[in-house]
Amino acid sequence: MGQRIYQSKCAKVAEYKEKHHVPPPLNLLHRLKAVLLLSLAVAALAACTGKAPNPASGINDPNEAANRRIHAFNKSVDKALLSPASTGYGTVIPKNVRGGVSNFADHLSLPNDIINNTLQGNFHEASSTVARFMINTFFGVAGIFDVAGNTGMERFDTDFGETLHVWGAGEGAYTEIPFFGPSTTRDAYGLAVDIVLDPFFVVTREPTKYIGGVAYVINAMGNRYDFDETIDSILYDSADSYAQARLIYLQNRRFDLGMTDGNAYVDPEFDPYEDPYADF
Amino acid sequence: MPISNVNRRKFISLTAATSLAAILASPGLALNDAQAKSLIDKAVADINKVISSGKSLDAMIKDFERIFVKYGDVDIIARSALGPDARALSKSQLKAYTKAFQGYISRKYGKRFNEFEGGKVEVVGARAVKSFYEVNSTVTLRGQAPFQVNFLVSDKSGRNKFFDMIIEGISLRLSEKAEIGAMLDRRKGDINLLIQDLKSAG
Repeated sequence: MGQRIYQSKCAKVAEYKEKHHVPPPLNLLHRLKAVLLLSLAVAALAACTGKAPNPASGINDPNEAANRRIHAFNKSVDKALLSPASTGYGTVIPKNVRGGVSNFADHLSLPNDIINNTLQGNFHEASSTVARFMINTFFGVAGIFDVAGNTGMERFDTDFGETLHVWGAGEGAYTEIPFFGPSTTRDAYGLAVDIVLDPFFVVTREPTKYIGGVAYVINAMGNRYDFDETIDSILYDSADSYAQARLIYLQNRRFDLGMTDGNAYVDPEFDPYEDPYADF
Repeated sequence: MPISNVNRRKFISLTAATSLAAILASPGLALNDAQAKSLIDKAVADINKVISSGKSLDAMIKDFERIFVKYGDVDIIARSALGPDARALSKSQLKAYTKAFQGYISRKYGKRFNEFEGGKVEVVGARAVKSFYEVNSTVTLRGQAPFQVNFLVSDKSGRNKFFDMIIEGISLRLSEKAEIGAMLDRRKGDINLLIQDLKSAG
């Protein structure tokens, strides 16, 4: 009896192995399914981590020591690689070509914006992004020219981190990500999903699928060059570049997510007017 | 590093921020849209005059400092940059610190003044928030997408003055608070040394 069970188990394993040993061709449907499952899992996870309500202002940074090490690493990457490469790129490549790269990188992120706007229930924004994508694909030479933007069409930039926010996930802890820089627990999950869920990456085949990543990196170099003075002042001129980057990221991110009620202005440590002029 | 996460518009705003720090607040009430608008228009006119003056950088920074003092609540901005530590200062220390802070801010932001050249500020509204007023404006720089700049205005000093400027959510006051705090930490809490160094910082 036991023997038979064992045999049948073996047979099942063999059958399973036979079935799965040679991986089935990962077709589009499979990939999309995997991506969907992954994003749902991430959403659930993020929702769990974000149970505690986050203050509209203030900084939650329990892993500061580790974050500071990653910040130092990112800074060294900037100093050794990104900044010099960007200077070369910005010096050699004319401004209008860089503009084209920037438009193209932006264009490739539109499908992802369509999905996330939809997931957030922003159907007007989603359909407007569809229109933008079509206009720039057909009239903007595959997105090298931002024809839609030039006609005054509004851009609805979003990401999966924002989707998680709309779905009720809290911000979580401040997090520095190697190479990417400032983020939060929620937005780090969001970034991971954005990378895998990106339709351009999922749908297209090698090597075309890497175009988005390449455009992203080159565009980052262009931005680094164009905003050289501001970035340098934050990274290299401030007394504590980590604290500056953290504050700037968190405030700007909350602003982007529409957390603009009066609480955003509350300084938890010190109200400038709480004892106005009492000491003067 | 943070470039990858923060898009172009953010950096444009940050850059512009540095050139805009002087705008706003003067005698008169900023309690409604029209009054706030005229207030800002006045400040912007002051700033544009400096930009187009063709003066040397040093002279422009001096002009910028005058505008900052005229429209900004320098005492409160300086004090809140120091945070609760400000309470421990003696009267003369606070005075020296505020003066040094004013010069530091003027140099730091004044030297990037020209980036604002050709810019346009449009007041779109105002609302009461807590005990102060938030004045919303849209800033358009040449060839850039418009971005949002809010000014926080209070009359608690006895006059309407701005005590913070928020560019796409980023508060200059809180940014300076982080900076001054870090500078003080680096000097092991020595406020006199901080005052000394602030005189040449920026």
